[in-house]
Amino acid sequence: MNTAHEGQGHGHSEGQSPNLGAVAAPSKQSGPVMIRMEAVEKHYGTYHALKNVNLTVSLGERIVICGPSGSGKSTLIRCINALEHHQSGRIEVDGVEVGTSSKNLDKVRAEVGMVFQSFNLFPHLTVLQNCTLAPRKVRGLAPKEAEAIAMRYLERVRIPEQANKYPGQLSGGQQQRVAIARALCMSPKIMLFDEPTSALDPEMVKEVLDTMTSLAQDGMTMICVTHEMGFARQVADRVIFMDKGEIVEEGAPEDFFAHPKSERTRTFLGQILHH
Amino acid sequence: MIRQFTSAELLFLISSVRWTLLLSAIAFVGGATGGLLVAFARTSTWPWLRATAAGYIQIFQGTPLLMQLFLVFFGATFLGLNIDPLAAAAIGLTLNGAAFLGEIWRGCIQAIPKGQWEASTALGLHYFTRMKDIILPQAAKIAVAPTVGFLVLLVKSTSLASIIGFVELTRAGQIVNNATFRPFLVFGVVAVIYFILCWPLSLYSRHLEKKFGTVSR
Repeated sequence: MNTAHEGQGHGHSEGQSPNLGAVAAPSKQSGPVMIRMEAVEKHYGTYHALKNVNLTVSLGERIVICGPSGSGKSTLIRCINALEHHQSGRIEVDGVEVGTSSKNLDKVRAEVGMVFQSFNLFPHLTVLQNCTLAPRKVRGLAPKEAEAIAMRYLERVRIPEQANKYPGQLSGGQQQRVAIARALCMSPKIMLFDEPTSALDPEMVKEVLDTMTSLAQDGMTMICVTHEMGFARQVADRVIFMDKGEIVEEGAPEDFFAHPKSERTRTFLGQILHH
Repeated sequence: MIRQFTSAELLFLISSVRWTLLLSAIAFVGGATGGLLVAFARTSTWPWLRATAAGYIQIFQGTPLLMQLFLVFFGATFLGLNIDPLAAAAIGLTLNGAAFLGEIWRGCIQAIPKGQWEASTALGLHYFTRMKDIILPQAAKIAVAPTVGFLVLLVKSTSLASIIGFVELTRAGQIVNNATFRPFLVFGVVAVIYFILCWPLSLYSRHLEKKFGTVSR
């Protein structure tokens, strides 16, 4: 695994990123740190996808990341569970460093749930099987036990009656709620959402956002890449704006939307809020 | 003296079909086993393993099967091993089949959307489980039609084993022809028998393609 190099310039950052000069986020930064990213760099060939990213997320914090397409939002969260590998800097999830050993990767992936834009349910398995596979294979649960947990979470996302259907028989909104339930079945400490509503028809966005909101209210630590600014205002503790691979600005939603500091943020918000 | 082409000769040809079928079966099982390994190697994350498998495929796709059979048969003799024609033909066809099936199955594995890999990786599933429970069941649906298509090719390819002296259907035809001097009749009958073996497989392949081709998700 070609990842984190020790001793590669760790911009030592406690909580806020020193390179930002942006607002000090007035959020739950007091709790135990769940995710710590320090001076993370990521290149795809010559393309610089992440530039000196510093981010600390505390237990129970709800983060929304926004920014234009190609700004590195998805890459950032995909580095957290090592779907992408960063080249330098340091990423820690609940005290475990991502990228040094495959044993660590197993630990991190078992604790971090992820929901994708395109759902990525397993089409050849029923909804219930989608939810029980990882708990059985990774956690070693007995089938009965895994099914009981799966049904609990399917009820939680309000589709227990679809348990024996195949993903192809469900609407997009239902599929995405199954995907959320599937991730929750692993009892993750952190949930990552990668544009979870972008592939949905407009009438289905709400049911997915409602599910995410209720998850947030239960205190789940979550990072959401989304353009749903209503959700950001209502749910987020902190909103982060990214552009060209950098964190440009971050702040509590009230400040972030009312008084964006940087010109780039203002332009972006202008584009997505008044179209 | 010249013999007539009688029912005895016909029966001899028909009875030699079992050797064609046996060789096909051995080569298919061997080729499928090897092909699976080649397909895994070709889709591996290790570049050297991918390159090795690609080289293997290039060698076996870029040289005539007949040369491969010769090399196995005479190569074994050269190494001082006394190999019988069936074993030589089975090894040659297995190596060849592994290359072709490996390439077919690589395509099927890579046809599964990247999101399936990512979702299973994000859930913490390991390579073996990902392959067995997520990727292969979906890839198998796409693979079944071209695989049966390859089996048709394989049955016909076994005729080359006649040249290294294995008495299967084609070699039996040569033997009968040497005694009867009725080449058009004899090889006509041999061709009809091959057709009877292969045609149902072709039909089955097309049927499977229709069955699995449209309803993937």
